[in-house]
Amino acid sequence: MQCWDPRMEFLPREDLERLQYRLLKLLVCRLYHFSPFYHHRMESARVHPDDINTLDDVNKLPFMYKSDLRDSYPDGIFTATTEDLVRYHVSSGTTGKPTVVGYTAADLHNWTDSLARGLSSCGLGRGDVVQVCYGYGLFTGGLGLHYGAERIGAAVIPASVGNTERQVEMMQDLKATAIACTPSYLLHIGEVAERMGISIKNDTSLRVGILGAEPWSERMRTRVQDWLGIKAYDIYGTSELSGPMFSECSAQEGFHVWGDLALVEVLDRESGEPLGPGEEGEMVVTMLQKEALPMIRYRIGDITSMETDVCPCGRTHPRVRRVTGRVDDMLIIRGINVFPSQVEYTLMTIPEVGRHFQIVVDRKGSLDDMLVRVEVSPEGISDRIQDLIKVRNTVEQKLKNTLNVTVEVELVEPGSLPRFEGKSKRVIDRRNL
Amino acid sequence: MTAGESYLIKQISVFSENRPGRLAAIAAALKEEEINILAFSIAEADGFGVVRALVDKPDKAYAKLSARGFNVAFTDVIAVQMRDEPGGLFEVATLLGTAGINIEYAYAYHSRDAAVLIIRVDRAADAAKVIKEMGGKLLSTITIQ
Amino acid sequence: MGPKRPRDQAPLPRDYDQGIIGMFWNEVIETLPPDALEALQLTRLKETVHRAMKVGFYKKAFREAGITQDSIKSLADVEKLPFTRKQDLRDGYPFGFFAVPLPEVNRIHTTSGTTGKPTVVGYTKNDLDSWADLIARNMTMVGVRKGDVFQNMVNYGMFTGGLGFHYGAEKMGCTVIPSATGNTKRQIEMIHDFGVNVIHCTPSYAMHLSEVAEETDFSMDSLKIGLFGAEPWSETMRRELERRLDVTAFDSYGLSELFGPGVAFECPERNGLHIWHDAYLTEIIDPASGERLGPGERGELVVTPLTKEAMPLIRYRTGDVTKLLEDRCACGRGTKIARITGRSDDMLVIRGINVFPSQIEHVILGLPEVGNQFMVYVDRVNHLDEMLIAVEMNRESFHGELTDLTRTQAKVAKSLRDALDLRTTVKLVEPGSLPRFEGKAKRVVDRRGVV
Repeated sequence: MQCWDPRMEFLPREDLERLQYRLLKLLVCRLYHFSPFYHHRMESARVHPDDINTLDDVNKLPFMYKSDLRDSYPDGIFTATTEDLVRYHVSSGTTGKPTVVGYTAADLHNWTDSLARGLSSCGLGRGDVVQVCYGYGLFTGGLGLHYGAERIGAAVIPASVGNTERQVEMMQDLKATAIACTPSYLLHIGEVAERMGISIKNDTSLRVGILGAEPWSERMRTRVQDWLGIKAYDIYGTSELSGPMFSECSAQEGFHVWGDLALVEVLDRESGEPLGPGEEGEMVVTMLQKEALPMIRYRIGDITSMETDVCPCGRTHPRVRRVTGRVDDMLIIRGINVFPSQVEYTLMTIPEVGRHFQIVVDRKGSLDDMLVRVEVSPEGISDRIQDLIKVRNTVEQKLKNTLNVTVEVELVEPGSLPRFEGKSKRVIDRRNL
Repeated sequence: MTAGESYLIKQISVFSENRPGRLAAIAAALKEEEINILAFSIAEADGFGVVRALVDKPDKAYAKLSARGFNVAFTDVIAVQMRDEPGGLFEVATLLGTAGINIEYAYAYHSRDAAVLIIRVDRAADAAKVIKEMGGKLLSTITIQ
Repeated sequence: MGPKRPRDQAPLPRDYDQGIIGMFWNEVIETLPPDALEALQLTRLKETVHRAMKVGFYKKAFREAGITQDSIKSLADVEKLPFTRKQDLRDGYPFGFFAVPLPEVNRIHTTSGTTGKPTVVGYTKNDLDSWADLIARNMTMVGVRKGDVFQNMVNYGMFTGGLGFHYGAEKMGCTVIPSATGNTKRQIEMIHDFGVNVIHCTPSYAMHLSEVAEETDFSMDSLKIGLFGAEPWSETMRRELERRLDVTAFDSYGLSELFGPGVAFECPERNGLHIWHDAYLTEIIDPASGERLGPGERGELVVTPLTKEAMPLIRYRTGDVTKLLEDRCACGRGTKIARITGRSDDMLVIRGINVFPSQIEHVILGLPEVGNQFMVYVDRVNHLDEMLIAVEMNRESFHGELTDLTRTQAKVAKSLRDALDLRTTVKLVEPGSLPRFEGKAKRVVDRRGVV
C-alpha cells in the first residue's frame, strides 16, 4: 500500500487526539496574545485560553465566517508579516472585494504534505504522470494539486483548463495515469475523446481521477469509473483552508481530514450542538497549524456528515462524507464558487442594464452552463445590433472578471423579469447530479 | 408541388464584406441583367454582412452574381400581404403569434397595390400552410417572380 | 573619470538603489574566472554528450558524425557536434528526446510546435531546482530581495514563463502573487492592495497596464522593479515603461527548450544580457552556413545546455539573432549577449507567444468551411499585439444565412485559439479576394513597426 507519512497517518486515535488538543491549545494561546482580531473575538465571547482544557472545549470558541475575511481585506487578520509570506491566493468574495489567503513557507509545506498523503493513499507516486486540469494562478486548485503531485515524485503536466481536444491528446500521448479536475470536466473530456475516436478506457493509460471543487454523487462515481475504466476519488477543500486539501483513500469512503492539520466538527444547523457520526449537519473546521491566516471554527457553509471509526484502509483520522448541500445560496459553477450577490453587485456598475436579473444554471452535456438574464435599461437601448451585442459583451466580460467563470448573458426587455419582494429567488438550478 | 410550397419565395442572399463599394458592385451586376429589385435589406455582423433581396429574376441574378465571384445562396422566405392602413401589421403579427411562428428576420416593402411583410422562419413550407389555413394572404412565386 | 559607458547603455534611474550592485545569489559560480569556467564547461559538456547518447536521435547523429565519448577533448570540439533544430524535437514527439526513464521525470511542459504536434520538454527534480536557481540569480542580480512582493502576470500552466518565475521567486523568499494574465483592473488593484514591488510580464502588457491604471483610482507607487520578456522590445519602450510605471526595467530571455525563462538576463549595467555560462554553452553562428561567428558578429544563437538531465540538447538552434559582447561587465559576471534583435526564421511573437505562420496554415487547411488562402496582419492596438487573420469563406459553406458566417468565423477563431494558445480576430472575406502568391508566399504583414 502506498503511504506518504505512515507514522502520522496511522497514529493511534488517543495519541492523535492528544496531539490535536495540544495544537489547539497552542493555537488559541498564540492568537489570544498576538492577534488583535482573535483577541477581540475571544474577549467578546468571554473565552480565555485557560478555558480550553480538553479537545471538546473547542466548542467554547467563537465562529468565523467568510465575511470576516472580506471585512479585513486584504490582510487585516493575517498573523504573519509580509517578510514571512511566500504566496497570496485570491478568490472572489460574496460581493465586491475578493477573499485573500496568505501563506508562509510552513503553510505551503503543510498544504502540499496534506495532498501528498491524499494522493499517495489513492495509490499514486513516482512513475505516475499526473495531468492537472484545474485552473492555475490565483485559483488554488491548479497550484495546489501541482505541488502535491510534484511532492510525491510524479511527473506533473500543468495542463490547466481549456482546449479539451489538446487535453485528450496530451492524456494519450504523454501517457497520463491520473487526472485532477472537476468531475464534470472529466465527463466532458470523456465525451470529447469519444468524438475524436479515442476511448479513455482502452486507448489511454489513465487509471485514477482526483475529482473535486464541485459536488458530485455516487451515481456519477459509478458512471465515471465504469465508462472511463478508472478509480475516481473525491477531494475536498476551499481556499480558506489553503486550497484543495483532503482526499479519499483507496477505500473511497469519505475524505480523510488529517487530524494534525485540521479539527473538524459537524454541528446541528439550528442548535449548533455537535452531532454524532453519520448525522448530517454543517461542517465547521479549525485549522490547527496555519500560520499566516489561522481559521478557527470556520463555517464554510457545507452540509455533510462525519465518520470517526477507523477507516477500512487502517488510517485513524476522521473521515467526512460527500458534501450534500449548502447552508446559503452559493452556487458552484465549473468548480468556482458563485454568490448571486456578486452578480447583483456587478450589474449595478453597468448603466446599460437594469438591476433585476435571473440566473439559470443548467448542465449542457457534462458542463455547467450559467445564463444571466438581465433587462436592458433605457441607456442601453440602441437601433444598432452591434451596440446591443457590445452591451451584452460588456456584461459578460464584467461578470467574468468578478466571478472568474464564463457566463452567458441574455438581454431581455425592460420589466420582463419577475420581481420579488423580500428574499428573491433569482436562481433557477436545473442541474441534476 | 404541394399547396404550401408555391408560396415559398426565393430570396437571394449575398455574402459581402463590410467595405465601401460592395453594394454598388452587387447592384451593378443586377442592373446589367436588367433585374428588378422588389425588396432589399442588409444584415450586419462583425466586418461582414449578408445582402438579402427579392428580385424578379432570381435564377438569373444568382448566375450573374456567382459569375462575378460573389458568394450567393437562395433562401426560402414567405411574403405576407398586409392591409396598407393602420393596424395592418398588427393583424398579420397577431396571426403569426397565434400560429406560434417564430420570425428569424423580416423586412417589408410597400407598393401601389399592397404592403408586404417578408419573413424568414424555420420550416417555411409548414408555416405557409398554417398562415393560409388561418386566412392570411400570401404572395405566390408567380405574383412576384 | 570612470570607464566610458557604451553608447547603447540605458542609464539607471536616479533613485535606483545602487546598493544592490554587487549582490549575488551564487557569487562563486556567477563570477568564475575564465579558466575555471572553461574547465567546468568542459566537464559538463562531456557529461551532456554522455547523457545525450541515451537519446535515439543523438545516438544516430553521433554515429553518423563519428562522435564518441572521447571526441570532446576541449570546448572547441563542440563544433564537431551536430545541430538540433525545433523540427527534430517535433519529430521525436512525445518522449523521443528524454534521456531518463519516466519515473525520473517530475514535470512535463509542452510548447507549440511549428505545425500540428507540440514540442514536449521534460524536467527531473534536479532540473526544476537548477531552473529555479537560475531565476533566483537573475532576480537577485537586479535587486529583488526576500520579502519583496512579486506579481507574476504571465500565463501559468503549460507556458514556462509562469511556473518558471514562480518557482524562482518562491525560492528567493519573495511573496508570490500568481496572478497570471487577464483582468487588468484587478491586476492593478492587487498591485495597490498588496504593495507589490516587483512585476513580471511582457513589455507590451506592462504598457497596457500603465494605461489602464491611469483610468483607475489605484496608484502603483509601491512598484520598483519590472522584469519584462518573452517578446522583443526597444530602449524607447524601456524609457517609456520606466517613466509610466516608475520602475527600473530589465530584459529577460529564455525559451522552453532550454528550461524556460532565466537563460539570460540584464544586470544593472543594462547593456546586454548575462547568459549563464555554467549552464549554457553559447555559440553564435551564421544561420545559412552554420559557421561559427566571432565576438561582435551578429548571428543565430546556438545553445548547448550543460546541466539538463531529463532532456539534454546539443547545439540547439534558437532562431534568435544576437551577438556576443566583447567588453567585460562591470558587475563582475561573464560575457554578455546583445538584446535579441530578430529571428532567423519567420516566427512571430504575439503577446509573448511564439507563432509560426505554418501553424496557422495547418489550422486553415484543416477547416473545410474556409478556403486555403489566408493573410495575417499584426498590429499594435493600445500597446497590445493584435493578430488579424483574413480567410476566404468557402462557397459551399454559405447557405444564405448570417449565422453560416458568424458560426464559421467563431469556429476558425476557436481552432486558431486552440492551436496557438492565442486569441485572434478572424475576418471572413469573399472567395477569391485574397492575394495569390507565385513562389514564396508573403502572408504576414507585420505593421507593429519598431516597438
